[in-house]
Amino acid sequence: MGYNIKKQVLIVSKEIKSSVPADSEMIFGILNDSKDTLNRLYKSYYPMVLQLVLTNNGNEDDAKDIFQESVIVLYNKVKSGGFELNSKLKTFLYSVCRRLWLKRLNQKSRNVTTDLKDFEEFQAVEHDLDYHQEKDAQFKQMEIALIKLGEPCKTIIEDYYIQNRSMQDISEKFGYTNADNAKTQKYKCLQRLKKLFFQV
Amino acid sequence: MKSEIELVEQIEAYLNGKLSDTEKLAFEKLRADNPEIDLKVVNHQNFVSQITEYGLRKKLLTDMDEAHELLDITSIKAEVFPTSYKIRSIFKKYRLNTAVAASVAIITVFSTLFFTDYFSKTITNNYKALRRDINNIKLSQSRLIKGINDLPVQGPVNPGRFGGTGFALSANGYVVTNYHVIKDADSVYVQNAEGESYKVKQIYVDPAYDIAVLQIVDPEFKSLASLPYTFKKTGSDLGEDVYTIGFPRDDQVFNRGYLSSLTGFGGDTVAYQVDISVNPGNSGGPLMDTKGNVIGIINAKQTQTEGAAFAVKSNYIIQSIGSIPQDSLEAKLILNKKNTLIGLSRTDQYKKVKDYIFMVKVY
Repeated sequence: MGYNIKKQVLIVSKEIKSSVPADSEMIFGILNDSKDTLNRLYKSYYPMVLQLVLTNNGNEDDAKDIFQESVIVLYNKVKSGGFELNSKLKTFLYSVCRRLWLKRLNQKSRNVTTDLKDFEEFQAVEHDLDYHQEKDAQFKQMEIALIKLGEPCKTIIEDYYIQNRSMQDISEKFGYTNADNAKTQKYKCLQRLKKLFFQV
Repeated sequence: MKSEIELVEQIEAYLNGKLSDTEKLAFEKLRADNPEIDLKVVNHQNFVSQITEYGLRKKLLTDMDEAHELLDITSIKAEVFPTSYKIRSIFKKYRLNTAVAASVAIITVFSTLFFTDYFSKTITNNYKALRRDINNIKLSQSRLIKGINDLPVQGPVNPGRFGGTGFALSANGYVVTNYHVIKDADSVYVQNAEGESYKVKQIYVDPAYDIAVLQIVDPEFKSLASLPYTFKKTGSDLGEDVYTIGFPRDDQVFNRGYLSSLTGFGGDTVAYQVDISVNPGNSGGPLMDTKGNVIGIINAKQTQTEGAAFAVKSNYIIQSIGSIPQDSLEAKLILNKKNTLIGLSRTDQYKKVKDYIFMVKVY
């Protein structure tokens, strides 16, 4: 009987085997905003994060959030050119998720846990997370400012600066008589957005 | 306003590289010459990059949601926790057995502990520790009353319920003892060293100082010779040699010691602490110094401490006597002022004093 139990425990923590794509290939994909790369990232690394979170008092939604955040951290790092190939992509993602989850656990309960049941090796990622936090704050600030800005300004700004649509398109879309009117409108919207963004 | 719009347009065209070479040169010169415009360019660039970053992240988020949708979470879970369901089903199957086993274990443990007196032991241990404090307070000042019942009855003598010691205040039959000795008494007798008993009545009691003044009212009683000792009005010094005579048994017992503290139990300033061996029955006995002065009246000892007896200071006796209204007394109570013990050896002092020490019998 003792033998059986032992065996079960062993199986529970078995190593996850899945095809792992080459890191350099993935980084190239991230730099090109490849959707395929993102899908493969999820397919290869999400299971390990799900395992980590579920074994450490989390649920599926927690795992989803944590993984999303870690992917954002990874993208920021890769795009700013700070990702060195000597650290493994898998280890990096696991470390970020681990750190984020630990932080969230500590926010949830008052007693401070510093120990997680680990499945992978991990590295120090505090510096990356600090940078991420700063970026995250800016993102949320912009989101709030855009919501406060309201329509049609929000769409004009998004069309022009994010979708890179021409003034001509925009003036047609919004029914402005000429592009100059649209330009004036866009200018006003931008000024208001600036004001809102720095107010928040 | 108009020019502002044009400026922003120009900045954007410049940043997006849409200016022709000549225009670009002209703008760069303007930027170099005018730091205000240069600042505007930098600020605009930063802000626009904030917007584009926001857009990129927004897009990444939706992409990630899509990527997440593509995953088959159930199969991943099955892969990550291959036996979790199995374990759960095993647990379900044996849940009842486990519960029964656990309850039996708990009952066994507690009943064993109960029957081996584990609980009572721990409780009494705690209780003892607690009780010791109370004991300290309660027992430390055990009164030195002697239970006469405990002693073998001798001849026709009618034994009293309690006994103590008293000593003469004056030659005409006033005796002082402790209040606690004669407390709750039906009747009180004093018996001298010769074994002659006299009935006394209570003249005055002072529970606070534990002093009681009695008067011998027996017609058999003839006045005593004048007292050999005096009462000390002032305080005595630490370390002074003292002795007492009392009735812990049916015969007078002499004990000696020294003054060990100027305060009594728990810092009580009414009493002295005396290192002297006294026993139940010594209560009410005189505490004498070597010069034949009564400096106190033995009233208690501390049980938990070696050699700590207590005596009420003599000036409280004087104070008590002073508070007796003299008019109410049948015979005048005048304290002796002439000491005839000075310079005598201890044995000679005792010989002179012994007739003035009485056993107080309480019925």
